[in-house]
Amino acid sequence: MNFINPFINMFGDIAPIIAMIFVFQLLILKQKIPNIKVVLFGLLMVWVGLTFFMLGLEKALFPLGRLMAEQLTSLDFLGKEELFWFDYYWVYIFAACIGFATTIAEPSLLAVAIKANQVSGGSVKPWPLRIAVAFGVAIGIALGSYRIVAGIPLHYFILTGYLIVIVQTYFAPKQIIALAYDTGGVTTSTVTVPLVAALGLGLASTIEGRNPLIDGFGLIAFASLFAIMSVLAYVQLKHLINK
Amino acid sequence: MNEALRRLANNLLESGKDLLPIVLVITFFQIAVLQRPIPDFSSIALGTFYILIGLTLFISGLRTGLFPIGESLAHALVKRGSLLWLLVFAFTLGFGTTIAEPALIAIAREAADVAAIGGIISHDQSAVDNYASTLRITVAIAVGLSVVLGVFRILKGWSIQWLIIGGYLLVLLTTLIAPEWIIGIAYDSGGVTTSTITVPLVTALGVGLASSIRGRNPLTDGFGMIAICSLFPIIAVMIFGILL
Repeated sequence: MNFINPFINMFGDIAPIIAMIFVFQLLILKQKIPNIKVVLFGLLMVWVGLTFFMLGLEKALFPLGRLMAEQLTSLDFLGKEELFWFDYYWVYIFAACIGFATTIAEPSLLAVAIKANQVSGGSVKPWPLRIAVAFGVAIGIALGSYRIVAGIPLHYFILTGYLIVIVQTYFAPKQIIALAYDTGGVTTSTVTVPLVAALGLGLASTIEGRNPLIDGFGLIAFASLFAIMSVLAYVQLKHLINK
Repeated sequence: MNEALRRLANNLLESGKDLLPIVLVITFFQIAVLQRPIPDFSSIALGTFYILIGLTLFISGLRTGLFPIGESLAHALVKRGSLLWLLVFAFTLGFGTTIAEPALIAIAREAADVAAIGGIISHDQSAVDNYASTLRITVAIAVGLSVVLGVFRILKGWSIQWLIIGGYLLVLLTTLIAPEWIIGIAYDSGGVTTSTITVPLVTALGVGLASSIRGRNPLTDGFGMIAICSLFPIIAVMIFGILL
């Protein structure tokens, strides 16, 4: 296994942020960097860590996503020739399980849930919020898999979802809106994204009549959208009950 | 040193927690539903180990090296009160963190492979690499501009929902003229870009700014930055598809 080349290639990816920090600190603020040794050691860890992480993605997460898609749609697993969208129900269940499990364990969602608790003056509880978002993401990724299987254009779903978010925004308590919108970007972590993307691409390449180029992407968009909708829905529900 | 080891162990635990649900769900499906062993098990196990080590080092490095200095820099620039430098900082922060975001590196590679197979670009390696890096630079510029917009929003006190609804309308309009093959990757890029590096640093800038301006509440005005950063890349990637 060759580690040297990917290691060198990775440097280009972290160079801009490092350069920027040094330029701002030394030239614009004209201050020395505190604990320079610790900072440099940290950056070295970032570099080595990123290299290993990317190697691991190629060897494990991408193949796993593709393998699950292939196995769950293979004809000898499904056991018949004529297939309708509901014959792929194990695909939807798998997608929902991955969505639920990764969201419930997501550390940044926990951080958002704690902030939401503070913003709402304690009425939004962290645990129920996390469960609500995890259910939302589970439904989102399952629906997204159905879209790939059925071959329906992605933007029909996403633009409808935007409409729902706008309506929800109108009714939602003001102080929670920004936080709810942020949840969409926060819930899909670095580990989940490659796995879910590989699942979508795998489904689009194994199912008859689907094209990875057009049908393969979009699962992550579903996950982000449904995360926003579930936070707004949960807060709205809470608001109605408390009234 | 003990303290450093303890933190490393904590980060290892956190990476493990990130991976565990995936391992559990897949193992359950393999045993109970598919009832067969995972193909190519040893290679996947080795890859999972790389991810565990890589993620742990990556997060530890960010927490000891990048985050403290990035946050103190954000606070220092907010205090300095020069709007121009603040905006330049906001742009480069968004751009730099996005270029280093591992999920985006991974997705851009996949998108480039799929584009080559689908005949959008030619098959040779340089065309594929070129497509992947142009895609990432497009997203990074969009995130940079989003952070600038987010800074403006906090300074001016604009309400987040109008920005987001305006953004949704732009997404709708661009979707109408964008080629079909870019829509999926464009919509996905929104959720992909805001991850491990971008979220903490951009949030630090937003919260720092909101707490230093009178009349702004860090808890309500400090948020919304990530939402803007996950919306505008969608539009930028579709424009990239139109121009290609």
